[in-house]
Parts: sequence; C-alpha cells; structure tokens
Amino acid sequence: MMADEKQGVFDTSRAELLVKELREQFDSGKTKSYAWRVSQLKAILKMVDEREDEIVEALRKDLSKPKAEASMNEIYLLKSSCQCALKGLKKWMKPKRVIPSILALPSSSEIVSEPLGVVLVISAWNYPFLLSIDPVIGAIAAGNAVVLKPSEVAPVSSKLLADLLPQYVDNSAIGVVEGGKHETTVLLEQKWDKIFYTGNSRIGRIVMSAAAKHLTPVALELGGKCPAVVDSNVDLQVAARRIVAGKWACNNGQTCVDVDYVITTKNFAPKLIDALRVQLERFFGEDPLNSKDMSRIINLNHFTRLKKLLHEEGVSSKIVLGGHADEEQLKMAPTILLDPPEDSLVMKEEIFGPLLPIVTVDTVDDSFGLILSKPKPLAAYLFTNDKKLKKKFVDTISAGGVAINDTLLHLTVSGLPFGGVGESGIGAYHGKFSFDAFSHKKAVLYRCFFADIPIRYPPYSARKLSMFNAVTSLNLIGLIQAAIPCFKA
Amino acid sequence: MGTLATPMTSFSSSSCSTELVLPHTRYSNQFKSERSSSAVLSIMAEEEEREVFDANDATLLVEELRGHFNLGKTKNYEWRVAQLKGISKMIVEKEKEIIMALQQDLSKPETEAFVSEILLTKSSCEHALKSLQSWMNPEKVKTSIMTFPSSAEVVSEPLGVVLIISTWNYPFSLSVEPVIGAIAAGNAVVLKPSEVAPATSKLLADLLPQYLDKTNIRVVEGSVPETTALLEQKWDKIFYTGNGRVGRIVMAAAVKHLTPVVLELGGKCPAVVDSNVDIQVTARRIIAGKWACNNGQACISVDHIITTKEFAPKLIDALRTELERSLGKDAMQSNDISRIVNLHHFRRLTKLLDEDGISSKIVLGGRTDEQDLKIAPTILLDVPEDSLLMTEEIFGPLLPIVTVDTLEDSFNLILSKPKPLAAYLFSNDEELQKKFIENISAGGITINDAVLHLTVPGLPFGGVGESGMGAYHGKFSFDTFSHKKAVLRRSFTGDSTLRYPPYEPRYLGMLKALMNGNFLRVILVASGLYKP
Repeated sequence: MMADEKQGVFDTSRAELLVKELREQFDSGKTKSYAWRVSQLKAILKMVDEREDEIVEALRKDLSKPKAEASMNEIYLLKSSCQCALKGLKKWMKPKRVIPSILALPSSSEIVSEPLGVVLVISAWNYPFLLSIDPVIGAIAAGNAVVLKPSEVAPVSSKLLADLLPQYVDNSAIGVVEGGKHETTVLLEQKWDKIFYTGNSRIGRIVMSAAAKHLTPVALELGGKCPAVVDSNVDLQVAARRIVAGKWACNNGQTCVDVDYVITTKNFAPKLIDALRVQLERFFGEDPLNSKDMSRIINLNHFTRLKKLLHEEGVSSKIVLGGHADEEQLKMAPTILLDPPEDSLVMKEEIFGPLLPIVTVDTVDDSFGLILSKPKPLAAYLFTNDKKLKKKFVDTISAGGVAINDTLLHLTVSGLPFGGVGESGIGAYHGKFSFDAFSHKKAVLYRCFFADIPIRYPPYSARKLSMFNAVTSLNLIGLIQAAIPCFKA
Repeated sequence: MGTLATPMTSFSSSSCSTELVLPHTRYSNQFKSERSSSAVLSIMAEEEEREVFDANDATLLVEELRGHFNLGKTKNYEWRVAQLKGISKMIVEKEKEIIMALQQDLSKPETEAFVSEILLTKSSCEHALKSLQSWMNPEKVKTSIMTFPSSAEVVSEPLGVVLIISTWNYPFSLSVEPVIGAIAAGNAVVLKPSEVAPATSKLLADLLPQYLDKTNIRVVEGSVPETTALLEQKWDKIFYTGNGRVGRIVMAAAVKHLTPVVLELGGKCPAVVDSNVDIQVTARRIIAGKWACNNGQACISVDHIITTKEFAPKLIDALRTELERSLGKDAMQSNDISRIVNLHHFRRLTKLLDEDGISSKIVLGGRTDEQDLKIAPTILLDVPEDSLLMTEEIFGPLLPIVTVDTLEDSFNLILSKPKPLAAYLFSNDEELQKKFIENISAGGITINDAVLHLTVPGLPFGGVGESGMGAYHGKFSFDTFSHKKAVLRRSFTGDSTLRYPPYEPRYLGMLKALMNGNFLRVILVASGLYKP
C-alpha cells in the first residue's frame, strides 16, 4: 500500500490482494468498534496538526496555494471535520428507535447503522488534502476499511498522503494507492461496498459504470457551471468582495463550487465590474500575476485549456479586465469578460479557472431561464436584498446547494449536506451526512411470541377479512364482533 | 423474479395512417376507449392492436413530462395531496377489480391480496397525506461562528421526472407504493408495470389515468422493448424492483445520464431457528413468511432455514402440523395460497427439485401440477451446499432446512452468501439476538417473526450489497425521490475583511485559536489586541 514506485506496477492481482486483505480486516470486526474509529479519527487529527507545515508546503508546490488559503480551506476544514465526527460519533452510532405500526404490534423497532465494508475513495487535485481526507473521515467514522486513491495531478500531495497516512493510522485497514489512469482502472475492477468519487462528470460516468457490475453504490461529487446572480439592490462592495473571494481566492477559480459566471442586469453590469476591479486590486494588487495570494493554474494541460477558452473567436474582444497570462509560471490573471457569445466554450463548459464571464439580462428575473437552460450545478448564488427574489430563487433553482449573499460558505456548515444533483452529482457528505454516506441503515424489528393473532394465518375466511378491515380502520366494535366467533373456533 | 423475458405476444405495428394524432396517443392506453378488465386472451388480442412503443415515443414522453414538470404544478402541496387522495380513492373504489386482477395473475387469495396489496398501499397513502406538510417543510440547521451571522436549512425539492419499473409478484403494491413516494416528493412519474402480471398491468394502465393527473403521471405497459426504450431516456431518478441481473442493466443504463437509482432486489433470506422458542408460533410465522407470502414468491420471504441437527425434526413436525392446519391435508387444493405465476417460473422451480441428489432430501411435499401451475409446500432437509436450491434465490414454495451443530455456525453460513434483503432469527436468547444483529448484514432484520418489518413506515425498506441500494416506505419514499438542497442565507452586514486577501498573519492566528476553542484569543486577535 506504499507508494507504488517502491513495489512495482500496481496491477489487477495486487488490487485483488489488497481488497482481500482489507476484507479480512473488516470481517474480523475491528473497524466496527467505537474505540477503533475514535483512535483513527484522533490519529488523523494529530497528523493534520503535526504535519501542517509539510501539508501546506505540498500544496504550495502542487498549486502555489497561498498559505492562508491552504490553512483555511484544507487544514482548518479537515480539523473541523475530524472534531465534528469525534464529537458526534457516539450519537451517530446509536440505533434510532422507531414507532412500530399497528400491524406489527406488539413490537419494537429501530434503525441500526452499520458499515458497508470495504470502500474506495477517489480524490481530486484541486483540494488534494481536503478532498482525500474528508471522505476518509466519513468512511472511518462509519466503521469501514478504506482505500484512498489521491489524484496524480497533484503529485506532491499524493506522495505526502501516501507517506503520512501509514505513519498515523491503522494501515492494515486504511490504505493509499497512488497512481494514474491505470491504477484507477485496476481498482475500479474490484468489488467495493461503496465508491466515493470527486472529480468531473466524464470520469464520474466511468466510475458509475464500473460500479454497476458489482451493484456498488456510488457517491459522485462533480461540478457544473455555478452561477452568481447579482441584483442591483445589494451592498456592492461586500457583494464584489464575496464574489472575488468565491472565485479567485478559491484556488484561482479551480473549485467545484466557485462562481463560474455572473448574471446581472445590463444597467448594473458596469457598476459591478468597477466594484470587482476595485476589490481585485485590493486583494491581489496591481500586478496579480505576481501576487503571492493567488494560486497558479495546476499544470500546462489546464493552462492550455483555459487559454483556448479565452482565445476562441469572438471571446477575447469581450475581455473587460485582465486577460494576461504567464505560461512559464502557469499564472493567469483574474479576467472578466462581458457578454461572451452564448454558444462559446466559456459559456458551455465548466471553466475551472480565473475567467469570469458576466452575462447581462434585461431584468434579474430573466436570469432564471438562463440558469435553468443549463445542467443543474453544484452550487448557485444570489446577491440581493429583495425577499421575494430570494424566495423565488430558492424555490426555482435546483442546485446541489444555494447561498444567498455569499459564495461557498454553505460547505462549511456541517449540518448541511454537501453534494450535487443531476449532472453535478449523486449523494452528499459532510458532518453526519458523511457517516450516513458510508453506512447501511438496517431496519430491525423485534417481536415476541405472545399475543400472536391468528387472523394473520391461513385458512382465510370472510370473518378474518372483516377483522383485518376493522383493525385497519380502527373500528373497535367491528373488530370485537368479528373476533368473538374466531375465538370460539 | 420478474424478468424481461417472454414478451406477451407479437406486437404488430398497426398502419401509421393515424399519424395526425398527437404523438403521445400512439402508446398511452389511457387515451383509448374504456375496456373492461377481461381475461388474458382478450388482453392479448388488444395488445396486437397497440403500436410498438419505441425510443422516439419514449423521448417524446419524457420531453412532454419535463415540460409539464417545469410548469411547477407538481411541486404544489395541493397537487400532491390531490394525487394522493386520488390513489386512496382508487384503491377504495376499485378494490374488487384489483383483487380480481391479482387472482387472475397469481391466484392470490383474497385475504392475502387485501392485506399485502390493498391495505398496505392504502395505509401508505394515508401516512403520506398525514405527514406531507411536515416532510415538505425545510429543515433548519445550526450554523457556527464561521458563518455568523447566517441561517441555514435543508430544502427538499423534487428531482423532476422519474421512472418506476415495477415487478410481478406484488404487481399492485410494488407499482403504487413507489408512485406514492414520487408524487409526495412532487415529481412527474412514469410507471412501467410488469408484463408478467398482465391483468394488473392493464388495470393500472386503465385506472391511474382515471384517478390521477395524466399530464404528469403516466403508465407505459410492455416488456423488453418498451423498458429498453424507456431506459435510454434521461430520467431524474429510476426506481427498479426486480432481480440483480436486470438491476445491473438498469444501473448501467442510468450511467449515461448520471441518473441516481434505487434498486430493490432480493437474495436468499435466511431464517435461523433456535430451540428455545415457542415452536408453534414459530412454525406459523415461518409459514406466514413463506407460503402465505405469494407462495414464497416474495423478495423477503423465508428462502431457507438454518437450525440445529437436534432441533430440526421437531421443527419439521411443527411445520407439518401447522401447514395442515393452515392449508388443509392437501395444500394443492387449498385456495389460500397463490399459484406459481407462469410456466417459466414453474419449470425453473421444478428444475431445482429435479437436480441430482435433491429429491431424496424431500421430507414434506414435492408434488407438482404443471396444468394448474401448482407446487405443494415442500420442505427439504440438508440439500447439497452447491445445489441450485442453495445457491440461487428460490422464489417459490420450496424450503430447504440446513442443519448445523450449534446456532453460532449459522452465522458463517449466512455470511458466506451475498447480503440478502432480509434475515430472520427465531430465538429468546437475547445474547444471540444481539450477536445476530451485529454480525448479519441484510436490508432488514426481524426477530421472532418474518416479513413484518416492511409494515413499519418508520423503517427504511431496501437492500444492501447484492440485495440492492436505496430504500423507501414512509418518509424514506419522500426522501428517495427528493433532492436535499443546502441553503445558506447571509446578509451584507458584519462582513469581516480578515477573510479576504491580502491575508494577514493575524487571521491565521484567529483560525488556530478557533480550532483550539480559544474564543477569548479569537476576540483578542480579531480586535487587534493580540498579535500572534
């Protein structure tokens, strides 16, 4: 389970062996115990705490992620997630009592949460620690054995995870497999009890397809074009700050829930652009390409992809701010475009970078049709003080999650499920939802032998039938009338 | 279980001279003139008149429903209530027709049909009506200091246009029950009943449009071609009840559009029987959970029994006695058990009995009647481990009893097979009960009874592993057809500039203090009084 360069190619037989070993560990019952789960969660907390500097450094190397961003968006959120699980675990593990139905009386019933077994977590490159460890926290809290496949696109973080996890957690039940397409394919051929994937919808389909062979349930945390609708009746500076924070201060737009594009009225657009300009300068200075507070583009592949979006015909003329890039440093400046063509790539594909199209409409209500014409996104944002508009937005716009007058923050609320709908994904996690995502909710009904009612059994008769009728319509008199001849028999 | 094999009859496409009518009338029975529930032959004759429902029809159907869904009507509380009341009314008014259709399709005894199909669905409807308002209310969620000031809630919204593929053994309840959930959650629905229960399928296709809003709720009858055409479309959820083989096909089809699925499958549901039980009640309940359950043709019926070598004879005697009390001396003549649904399944079951080394293990029953599609309640003792009876889901009136030395040995036996939809334990030993629940993973478990856990609306009904994914019943039905949307509301006041670049070292100090629960330090740092 260590970094595969030490042990040769990770092939099918190694994957089979890995799953077999983990299944043996799981079957021994070890991972089910409260004590084991707590020890693993504490170990993860310790790891994130003690090795914070190395983690931040790995993120700097992979993404040029600013220290503050790394601390806030990866370290802090992970610790918080761990602590939430530690605090809630006992309660989450307790069976939940349920009211029995009249047909099942006398009885008692409950829902018992049990681990699914051996689960696979496939992580992504943009928040390589958070998106690896957060699902693993859920898997462990629910009592499973886990294999984590970090993203090879963030190689330093991947290697660090492969080195650190075995030092802190029980690596007979929690493993890391590094690698790319080959290793992932080989892992996906195995029978898992759940697969948790974070990434894009193309690979999401491949994952689900592989899962279908074994009837493995999946959670797919995907993405989409997350819109931010901006009304004119807002505190403009705060709105602008929050949009900038939810775009460029978020891994430079390389985030599944960052603001992909803005929709505002024709009238308001110039004011909004000005406010964004002011805030961008405040955040990143006059020369953002050299700001230490902005991540770079992860690699040349994505850099080229983003350049292609920008240089498509009819698009570059729409640039109202930014547009500069430095290929050598893989840096791209915050870029705002005004009304690029509807059918341009930048308006059709998930941008995942520092380009922000602003689409103008006549009235804010027109934004609804535009959003609804696209696949359901992972998040949707609305900036307004108009109560009616807020209600309409929440009622009408289907997205994984919605934030009003801010961006991204909904994912920090542990009581809110974080997940997509439609093209943006299946399933959810965070907080107790993580525990639930990796659990089977087993129904349990307890009955005793006395008070056995003979009307349930054949031979059936008109009398028994009328007794059933009486019971279910709570017709006490009817029940007694029907029952008496029955007792005689 | 219901397979997609054996199409009913040749679906000859009629001439297309009537193509001027709206496309959707080509396939939906509801726009044809009323037919009475008739015998199978006349159903077959009418099937030949109906045109083939192909991929184009399916595409148009979904487009139409999506158009209607987007109008927002199905999201209204009033609409949902009206539909649920419509279902309730339909069940009450057409009870006789429903029971008759079940008798035609399965020779299902009236009482069984009433309890397991009419009663349960009606009760489910009423439960949904009673609870709908509370289910639809957003659920408030606590927020932390990180987002202060703010409010958060989880909003349930319909997924959109959903497909329900039903099955043949409880053709009415396994169609209507998921439909109730889909409607309660505010979706538009297409129901594909099983062609293996043709009378019920036809009845559903006739009744639903009479009682429900047919612009948003449709029935498509048919078999493999129709189901295939439907599965090619983009649905917002697919709910399938049936077997693992077709379950995989459904999930694979769902991949194309990233459609979430619920698969209610089956498995070999074991019943472990201890010696410290009330043997008469145990025997009755096993009978109730096997032969009184569509004659063993139920996804959660007792598939096989595990008991000790010592206790097996006593158990067999008790079963023999109680079987005679329930079904008479000659169970084949009893009207109180269903028949085998069709020749295909009859032959499948007789094949299980005819396998080498099996017939010598029969301790009770064994008779079959192909003409009437009847197989007597049959008990077998210690059939070979690798026989078909012990490796395939039986789904019929054959009950193998496997003996072990001690009851603890039953655990390994169960754990060596795929996780079933249900598992049962008959025992008064609390330690054993506890151990069973902790070690045996199944969709659901009943202690000292069989099947009953599905009648409790507060319990999720669904499988795990090979027995399925997802669950429903009660609020779980509502949830399974909903998207739980996270909503965070903030205002513009109280915006701290610390969260934005350029990042100040003191912000990190604050975060660290927050993590350590050092709120005093948080305040000191925030106010600038403490410099980390």
